[in-house]
Amino acid sequence: MTVVLRNVSKTFTARQNEPLTALQDISAEVSNGEFLCILGPSGCGKTTLLRMIGGLDHPTSGEIEVEGTPVTGPDPRLAMIFQEYSLYPWRTVRANVGFGLQMRGMPHEEREEIVTRFIGLVGLEGFGDSYPYELSGGMRQRVAVARALATDPAVLLMDEPFGALDAQTRNRMQKELLLIWEKTKKTVIFVTHSVDEAVYLADRIMVLSPRPGRIAGIYDVDIPRPRDRTSIEFAGLRRDVLELIDRLEDGQ
Amino acid sequence: MRWYLKVLPPFFLLLAWEVAAILINNSFILPTPASVAAVLLSPTADILGSGSIIDNALLSVWRVLLGFGLAVLCAVPIGIIIGRYRTVEELVNPIIQLLRPIPPLAWIPLALAWFKIGLLSIVFIIFIGSFFPILINSIDGVRRVNRTWIETAAIYGAKGWKLLAYVILPAAAPAIWTGLRVGFGIAWMCVVAAEMLPGTTSGIGYLIMYSYNWGQVQVIIAGMIVIGIIGIAVDILFREVEKRKFQWQEMNR
Ligand SMILES: Nc1ncnc2c1ncn2[C@@H]1O[C@H](COP(=O)(O)OP(=O)(O)OP(=O)(O)O)[C@@H](O)[C@H]1O
Ligand SMILES: [Mg+2]
Repeated sequence: MTVVLRNVSKTFTARQNEPLTALQDISAEVSNGEFLCILGPSGCGKTTLLRMIGGLDHPTSGEIEVEGTPVTGPDPRLAMIFQEYSLYPWRTVRANVGFGLQMRGMPHEEREEIVTRFIGLVGLEGFGDSYPYELSGGMRQRVAVARALATDPAVLLMDEPFGALDAQTRNRMQKELLLIWEKTKKTVIFVTHSVDEAVYLADRIMVLSPRPGRIAGIYDVDIPRPRDRTSIEFAGLRRDVLELIDRLEDGQ
Repeated sequence: MRWYLKVLPPFFLLLAWEVAAILINNSFILPTPASVAAVLLSPTADILGSGSIIDNALLSVWRVLLGFGLAVLCAVPIGIIIGRYRTVEELVNPIIQLLRPIPPLAWIPLALAWFKIGLLSIVFIIFIGSFFPILINSIDGVRRVNRTWIETAAIYGAKGWKLLAYVILPAAAPAIWTGLRVGFGIAWMCVVAAEMLPGTTSGIGYLIMYSYNWGQVQVIIAGMIVIGIIGIAVDILFREVEKRKFQWQEMNR
């Protein structure tokens, strides 16, 4: 197992407010090379869960292990792609992609070759010397993907990376992400609140309930790739997941 | 706007000045533009045995560089520390809020008491004047660094000086730069005022004060023009660098 979550709970205790339980008793195992989608309504704790796996935050109780050892803080085995715009605007595309390697002390010459390779992998040849403000939203997220992959993590954590993109760009990015995933064989944990996106991408879908987030359902997606959004199986699974989410919301 | 429209207002100002000078007909109150221009056109000529306009202006610039440089060296690091650590901010904020509204010129008596008349008190006044704008902008710049940028760095293992050098400083640089620009403007005002103190014997502020004692109003006005030109030139310099280096800031989002 690459990632193991054991009874992970998170309660925020802000100074003035009463304690807020964001996540409750999440247990899951993600196997090597798996593409897991975490699906859930806004505020159910998806980002919190991902931040904890990435070592940016700590569970109130429970354990998180990656490749058999617990996560205690930011960890070279994990890379995260954020929901918000996270590129460094004062750095060129090349310098952004090389950022992780640079922070880990890799010398400039060594970085260059890797940077070129990953810029190519995400299809941004020729944009290496551009600045993020010269790129479209989709291109920016590609840079973020390249930056994450360049450090060769075992697990790629993605927090609604395509949430801000228009539908068309989003579909194209999904397709390309799958190609990259197939090439690099990374374990991916991908957060989204789009059922369509989850069914299109995932090997497995984990549905979280509204706050406090608990696991409300797990779906194995056996539809062969490339998936056809108009196929009967696709529509069937999407309907099942949507029904579960509707029931969860009514239950509130 | 067309260039000839832009030169119209200054042209009319000059014309009005000329007319007023002729009407008043008293060079101790308002000398003609021509007599001021004559002073400006020979900037290296000695004035009343006090040195030339250029020499005195350069001396003032040098004093500003000393006081301003010292302020930068102190205010930027302190600002970064305060902006970075909440507890430090809460500790020192009352002191800053207390000292900040005191005009730099109100420090003059204290400066004289401590350092006597001379370079040291002038530099001290300039230091005080530029310290706070630089400090406030540095604190603000560091505090406003996008949390996602810091967390991205954390994900890739950046801590300590690497985080500072590669993320916090570049992200706060535009705000710090604004602080430097504002701080320099105030420093320049301070030097001119400080040089007017009795006992000072050099500098552009001294020169125009001294010219007043001799009724040389054309030198006063010429000196004021030089002060203005240097102020604008430095400001333009700061803005040019801002435009080139921090272009990402405006384009961001
Ligand atoms: N640092 C924090 N302190 C206090 N409460 C927090 C903190 N971070 C998140 N929360 C709360 O925890 C809950 C879950 O937040 P989280 O950002 O994980 O949700 P999400 O599922 O990612 O939502 P979205 O889909 O809108 O991104 C929210 O109610 C949020 O207000
Ligand atoms: Mg979120």
